[in-house]
Amino acid sequence: MARMKFLLDAERCIECNACVTACKNEHEVPWGINRRRVVTINDGKPGERSISMACMHCTDAPCAAVCPVSCFYTTADAVVLHDKDLCIGCGYCFYACPFGAPQYPRLGNFGSRGKMDKCTFCAGGPQADNTQAEYIQYGSNRLAEGKLPLCAEMCSTKALLAGDGEIIASIYRERVQKRGYGTGAWGWRTAYRETVAI
Amino acid sequence: MKLRILGLLAALLIGAAAPAMAQTAPRAPSMAEEMEVQALLRGGSIQGRISIPDEKAATLIQPEGREWREFHNVTLAWVGGIAVLGMLAVLAFFRLSKGRIPIEGGAAGRTIQRFNVLERANHWMVASCFIILGLSGLNLTFGRHILLPVVGPEAFTAISQWGKYAHNFLAFPFTLGLVVMLLIWIKDNIPNARDIAWFKAGGGLIGHGHPEAGRFNGGQKMVFWITVLGGAAVAVSGYLLVFPFFFTGMEGMQLSHIIHSLLSVLMIAAILAHIYIGSIGMDGAFDAMGSGQVDLNWAKQHHALWVQEEMAKGRTAAPPPGAKASGAD
Repeated sequence: MARMKFLLDAERCIECNACVTACKNEHEVPWGINRRRVVTINDGKPGERSISMACMHCTDAPCAAVCPVSCFYTTADAVVLHDKDLCIGCGYCFYACPFGAPQYPRLGNFGSRGKMDKCTFCAGGPQADNTQAEYIQYGSNRLAEGKLPLCAEMCSTKALLAGDGEIIASIYRERVQKRGYGTGAWGWRTAYRETVAI
Repeated sequence: MKLRILGLLAALLIGAAAPAMAQTAPRAPSMAEEMEVQALLRGGSIQGRISIPDEKAATLIQPEGREWREFHNVTLAWVGGIAVLGMLAVLAFFRLSKGRIPIEGGAAGRTIQRFNVLERANHWMVASCFIILGLSGLNLTFGRHILLPVVGPEAFTAISQWGKYAHNFLAFPFTLGLVVMLLIWIKDNIPNARDIAWFKAGGGLIGHGHPEAGRFNGGQKMVFWITVLGGAAVAVSGYLLVFPFFFTGMEGMQLSHIIHSLLSVLMIAAILAHIYIGSIGMDGAFDAMGSGQVDLNWAKQHHALWVQEEMAKGRTAAPPPGAKASGAD
């Protein structure tokens, strides 16, 4: 089985937000919830970079570690998913997540924030693959259809890569060697405790 | 901390040398990325600009989450476990070694009013809220290790979900009760020199002598202040948590949780001792909050000065209208 990862090449991201739109549309993500977002740092200054960020599907995921009801699980492809039928909406995963991935349908209402929602790596949830029940709760399950996450698949500059960690790391490595520079795989050390060696 | 400073220095050095290297040979991107992150981390998390309304989403990476995870999973579990289990062990030891503390000279049979209806009702409102708040709170930290394997994931989620609702809503009567407690009992709970003597003599639990005490002795005053001050801190941090991100940002939420949970487990430990001494630990003590009428000998044993005051009140009180002196007929 592959170890699925996201890799964002900040030298290529043009902040078009197509990944965000693709994700929203593919999974019919409700208003107010962003499974993926593009953050621009040093905006308008030298060293400006845009980074598309979603759940990184961490090794030893902090969300799973702090969840009071143990609703997280890791698939054979190392995708971190959660069971919305078990989630109590306590918000602990959001406090622990380094990437701000967990999202909640409600902001306040006495802390009853609704079931947490986050990027599924287009791999659905614990329901049977590609059923209506799975789609309503988690969105489409492209992985079960043999496809990769839509955000990366339709990235026009191929800044966002998704797939087997070894393969996307080698693509990135080749790019860096060819063009001679690169700021590295954003968040990899935090998420996977490793970096792309060039 | 030292490591972090060294890392930052290295980041600055390499950052300065990087542009020259970039033109000639590929610099190690992993290194450069980490250096850039390190440099950005000087201010804590990495903030950027975002084109969606959710301002929290502008935080790209928040490393504090790691520390909070460490606190939640390791520190809190240990502190809470030791505080609660340790207190239970101490109380079990007391029960086995000292047994139930008896009323000296046995029950007098005559009683004296210790707490009125308002005091008792308020006490039990706070107490019942505290028990549910405490259990549902402990469930969030320990439930997945203790209860989840027993009842299964669906039932455990149902319990935790209802526990969360109860926790959120019972916070309000709990806080109200604390305010009432403060108002009706503060006048009898001002610490004074007698309390020091009381603690020096080992109090009611450890010591053998019975130091004189007013309406509340040193130990009870301690319980009062732990409840009022600890309760206030737990309530304030709890309200910050129950209205997430309304009053504070990510660090504030994490800090609120740390304060809330640490103080709570310590309060649970303190209140366990309070429950013990007020129920199975001592003869006659429960009546104070049960019927409100305590045995006169119990009162004299533990609150001699208070009994004197009450008796004095009785002697100077005006007789009820129509009362006749006994033997006048």
